[in-house]
Amino acid sequence: MIDGIDVLIMVIKVLVVFGFLLVSVLLTIWAERRIVALMQQRIGPNRVGPFGVLQGLADGIKLFFKEDVTPTNVDRSVYFLAPVAALLPAFLAFAVVPVGRGFHIGHRVITLHLVDLNVGILFFLAMGSLMVYGIVLAGWSSGSTYPLLGAVRSTAQMISYEIGMGLSVVSVVLWSGTLSTSGIVDAQSGTWFGFVPRWFIIPQLPALVMFLLGGLAETNRAPFDLPEAETELVGGYHTEYTGIKFAMFFLAEYLHVITTSALVVTLFLGGWRGPNILPFLGPLLFVGYFLAKLGLVIFLFMWARATIPRIRYDRLMHLGWKVLIPASLVWTMITAAMVVLPQEVNRTTLIVVVGIVFEVALIVWLARLTTTALRRGRLRRGDSHVV
Amino acid sequence: MSYYWQYGTLGALTAVGGAFVVIAFLGNRLMRPRKPRVEKATTYECGMDPVGEGWSNTHIRYYLFAFLFVIFDVESVFLFPWAVQLEKLRPQGTVLVEMIVFIGILAIGLLYAWKKKVLEWVK
Repeated sequence: MIDGIDVLIMVIKVLVVFGFLLVSVLLTIWAERRIVALMQQRIGPNRVGPFGVLQGLADGIKLFFKEDVTPTNVDRSVYFLAPVAALLPAFLAFAVVPVGRGFHIGHRVITLHLVDLNVGILFFLAMGSLMVYGIVLAGWSSGSTYPLLGAVRSTAQMISYEIGMGLSVVSVVLWSGTLSTSGIVDAQSGTWFGFVPRWFIIPQLPALVMFLLGGLAETNRAPFDLPEAETELVGGYHTEYTGIKFAMFFLAEYLHVITTSALVVTLFLGGWRGPNILPFLGPLLFVGYFLAKLGLVIFLFMWARATIPRIRYDRLMHLGWKVLIPASLVWTMITAAMVVLPQEVNRTTLIVVVGIVFEVALIVWLARLTTTALRRGRLRRGDSHVV
Repeated sequence: MSYYWQYGTLGALTAVGGAFVVIAFLGNRLMRPRKPRVEKATTYECGMDPVGEGWSNTHIRYYLFAFLFVIFDVESVFLFPWAVQLEKLRPQGTVLVEMIVFIGILAIGLLYAWKKKVLEWVK
C-alpha cells in the first residue's frame, strides 16, 4: 500500500531529478565551452568560480535580468507558450532512465529510478517528438522570416531522423524482449568469458551508430545544427526571443542532449551496471558508473561538434532518408531473424559477425553515395540555395 | 508500483517543471528593465527595415517529406509491440515472415518515392 513515506520518497526523488538536471545542464554548458576551446587551442571561460565552472550560472543570471523584447509582429500567446512547450518534455524524458541499483532502508526498497514504466522507451521517444512542437510554434509565432525557415527546416530534420532513431531502438527491444528501461538494463547484466560485459554495444553496434546519428540530428547538434545555422538563419527558431524565454530554449536544448545521452547509456552501455569493485560504497558506486558513462557520451557530442563541419541541408535529408532509414530497417530485420533462430545456435557470436559486415557495407554504401553525387556534378555553385 | 502512481509521479515532475517556468517568468517580470522603443519591437532583419509579412511561403518538398514521415512513423508504432513479443511467438515461425511482408510493402513505397526523385532535395 502507498503511505505517507512513499509520497515523501517520491517528492524527494522528483526534486533530486529536477535538481540533478539543472546542475548537469550548467556543468555541460561549461564543459562544452572548455572542451571545444581546448580542441581549438583557446582557453575558454575560466574566470567565474574555480576553472570557470560557474560560467553557466552567471550566464543564466544575466539572462534573468535582461529586458524582454517582444516584437510587435508576433502571435503573443503562442510566442509565450513555445519555450514552455520545448522545456517540459525535455524534463520529463529523463524520468524513465534508471540511474543506479536499488537499495534498502529498513524493509523499504528505494529504486534509483523515478518511474519504471513498462513502455519506458516509447515514453522517451514520445517526449523527444514533443520537443518539435516548441520549435515549430516558436518559429511560426515569431512572425519573422528567419525563425520560420529555421523551424520548418528543423521539423523536417527532426521527423526524418526520428524514424531512423526509433527503428534502431526497435532492434534493441527485439534483442532484450522488453520496452521497460530497467528491463533493458537487467538484460545487460553479467559478462562473457568472465570479463567482457554483456552490454548491447557488442551485439548491437550498428544500432548504436544509427542511434547516435539520429540523436545528434534530433537534438539539433553539430554537424546537424542547421535549424540554427548562424551563417544563414541568424539564430534560427529563437531569433526573436530574448531574456528568460531565450534561456528556456537554451536549457531545453542541453536537457535534450543530456537525456539522449542517458538513453544511449541505458540502451547500449549497460546503464548503471559495472563491476562491484568497491563494495563499501554500496549503491553510490553504481550511480558513479552511470555518471561516468553519461559524461563519456556527452563528451562524444562535444567532440563531434568540434570536429565535423556542418552538413549541407540536401545532404542531411539524403543521409536520413537514403541511408539511415533503409539501413535501420535492414538491421531490424537481421536482428529479428537472429532472435527467431533455434536455441542451439549461438546467436550472439553470429550477430557480432553480421554486425561487423553490416557496418562495413554501410560505410561503403555511404562512400559510394557521396562519390556518385560528386561525379554527377551535383555540387554546382547554385546548389547552396537549398532552403 | 501501480499504474496511477507512476503516471502521478510523472505529473509531479511536470508540476515541478511548470512551477520552475512560472517562477522564472514571474521573477523575470519583476526584475527586468522595461524601456520599450518602436525600433526595438520591429522584426529582426539585420538592421534593415523588414519588408513584407514575415510568414513567407515554404517549399512543397517539406509537405512530401511530412507524408513519408507519417507512413514510417505509423510503421514503427506497429513494430514496437511485435518486437516485444517476437521471442515468445518463436514457435509459430510465421510472425517474422508476416512482418517482412509488411515492411516490404512499405519499402516498395519508399523505393517508389526514391525513383520518382521525391527524396532529391535539389532537382
